[in-house]
Amino acid sequence: MNSSLVWLQRNLFSTPLNSGLTLAALYLLWLVIPPIIEWTFLQATWIGDSRTACQSNEGACWAFVDARFSQFIYGLYPEAERWRVDRAFILLVILFAALFVLGFRRSRVVATILIPYPVVAWLLFYGGIFGLEVVETSQWGGLFLTLVIAGVGIVASFPLGILLALGRRSRLVVVRSLSVSFIELVRGVPLISVLFMASVMLPLFLPEGVNFDKLLRALIGITLFQSAYMAEVVRGGLQAIPRGQFEAAESLGLSYWRTMRLIILPQALKLVIPGVVNTFIALFKDTTLVMIIGMFDFLGIVQAATTDPKWLGTAVEGYVFCAAVYWLFCFSMSRYSISVERKLDTGH
Amino acid sequence: MNYMKNMIEMKGVNKWYGDFHVLKDIDLTVSKGERIVICGPSGSGKSTLIRCINRLEEHQHGTITVDGIELTDDLKNIEEVRREVGMIFQHFNLFPHLTVLENLMLAPTWVRKVPRKEARGKAMHYLQRVKIADQALKFPGQLSGGQQQRVAIARGLCMEPKIMLFDEPTSALDPEMIKEVLDVMTELADEGMTMICVTHEMGFARTVADSMIFMDEGQIVERASPAEFFENPKHERTRLFLSQIL
Repeated sequence: MNSSLVWLQRNLFSTPLNSGLTLAALYLLWLVIPPIIEWTFLQATWIGDSRTACQSNEGACWAFVDARFSQFIYGLYPEAERWRVDRAFILLVILFAALFVLGFRRSRVVATILIPYPVVAWLLFYGGIFGLEVVETSQWGGLFLTLVIAGVGIVASFPLGILLALGRRSRLVVVRSLSVSFIELVRGVPLISVLFMASVMLPLFLPEGVNFDKLLRALIGITLFQSAYMAEVVRGGLQAIPRGQFEAAESLGLSYWRTMRLIILPQALKLVIPGVVNTFIALFKDTTLVMIIGMFDFLGIVQAATTDPKWLGTAVEGYVFCAAVYWLFCFSMSRYSISVERKLDTGH
Repeated sequence: MNYMKNMIEMKGVNKWYGDFHVLKDIDLTVSKGERIVICGPSGSGKSTLIRCINRLEEHQHGTITVDGIELTDDLKNIEEVRREVGMIFQHFNLFPHLTVLENLMLAPTWVRKVPRKEARGKAMHYLQRVKIADQALKFPGQLSGGQQQRVAIARGLCMEPKIMLFDEPTSALDPEMIKEVLDVMTELADEGMTMICVTHEMGFARTVADSMIFMDEGQIVERASPAEFFENPKHERTRLFLSQIL
């Protein structure tokens, strides 16, 4: 018999019950999938400059997404200056390509390439130097803002979380109790309240005239919040490392920090890659909460666009598009983490 | 052989785990080049004793001096002593995320600041001595237990320590791998390394040890030359222990 027929028989029709379930599942798919395809592709309208252009078709009004696409990406960033965002993005892609070629193992090369990047990116985005026009952070928005918040949050909360995890296991009482209190305090409050604190309450405590950027405050709030979660994930990894590893490192005369950096953390972090990426993904999606303190991140700008009288009734298209983009980013992170796990496996 | 200098001096050492008195009034001196085997029933404090010598365990009473440096809470002293004292563990404790070669080069490059090239040369030299140079680029997880323990010994030697401590180095090994590890240890002893070895390998003890120590319930019950220790033990407890394991 044909091998695919054998496979079908073994996996889908092995028993009467199994056959029944297979047929039921097929029927369900037949009910659900054709309408989805119909709505998304076959009956969809792709081009047009208002909702009325979509009325002739039953399906999705992608014309809305098409018309507002660049706003979804850049928010209210001035159109003439958007090349700066593009440059920064292209630079990042080039840097990562260079890292893949050079190899991540050469940590010094990685550091010298990556450490100046945030500064360069900030100068490009904000401007005010080299004749670049200043673009206030209140004009930043869209997917661009989402990526800035998520990027900064991920990059900053990871090392901070590691330090907090080490602090929580430290023998020094002061360090330990400070770390524990910070982690437990932050984990005990919702992110929304942290963001409100950062945007509304913090300025009240600062002296008159001292005011720092709202985006910066939100970034600090998100970073501190996620670092507490990161700390607990990392702690799980630290606890899984056998005592013998610490003892072997100590008996060779390695200091505490070298033991951690060279022996314990490389092993512990490898163990918790799934948990770390889980936290990254959660962080990426949590960035949408900056909406409530008046910033137009990706979801925020899409939602705002759906209230445009010209495009009334296109909310579903907006949210579906949003969901697809978020899914794409989160799924990529998840796949990337799996490939890193495989690469770091040393067979034990 | 030069027996003049005391490498290790323990005076009136006491240690408790909570209420449990693990080490009771330990007095022990080890001269340069001396090879000592410690045996005794499990829970008698043998491992704790040698782990106090490089401060993996803290003692609460008495003094421990290693190569002229007294072990106190001073981290500098502790790190200095650890540079001079190599330790081999029952479960090898190789670093699984590093290759064999990297395991050996790590401490010399970071602790002793040996240039990488030199550290690599030294690592290969010691790997050859434990007859395992062909495995240099493998990860520890790919080696047998006996091979791993030989790598661990080479890792210790790469720091060129003055003293080597062995904490039951063969008791986690399959029987057919014990000999290859003991052979390496015997060679090391023949070269004049100061060694303290907790082991139940009495054949090894008989041929290698300068003196035997028997411990029970946290005390050193008896210290004697191997000939005397095996033929004519003084204490009842030693006799009982030997009759059980021989």
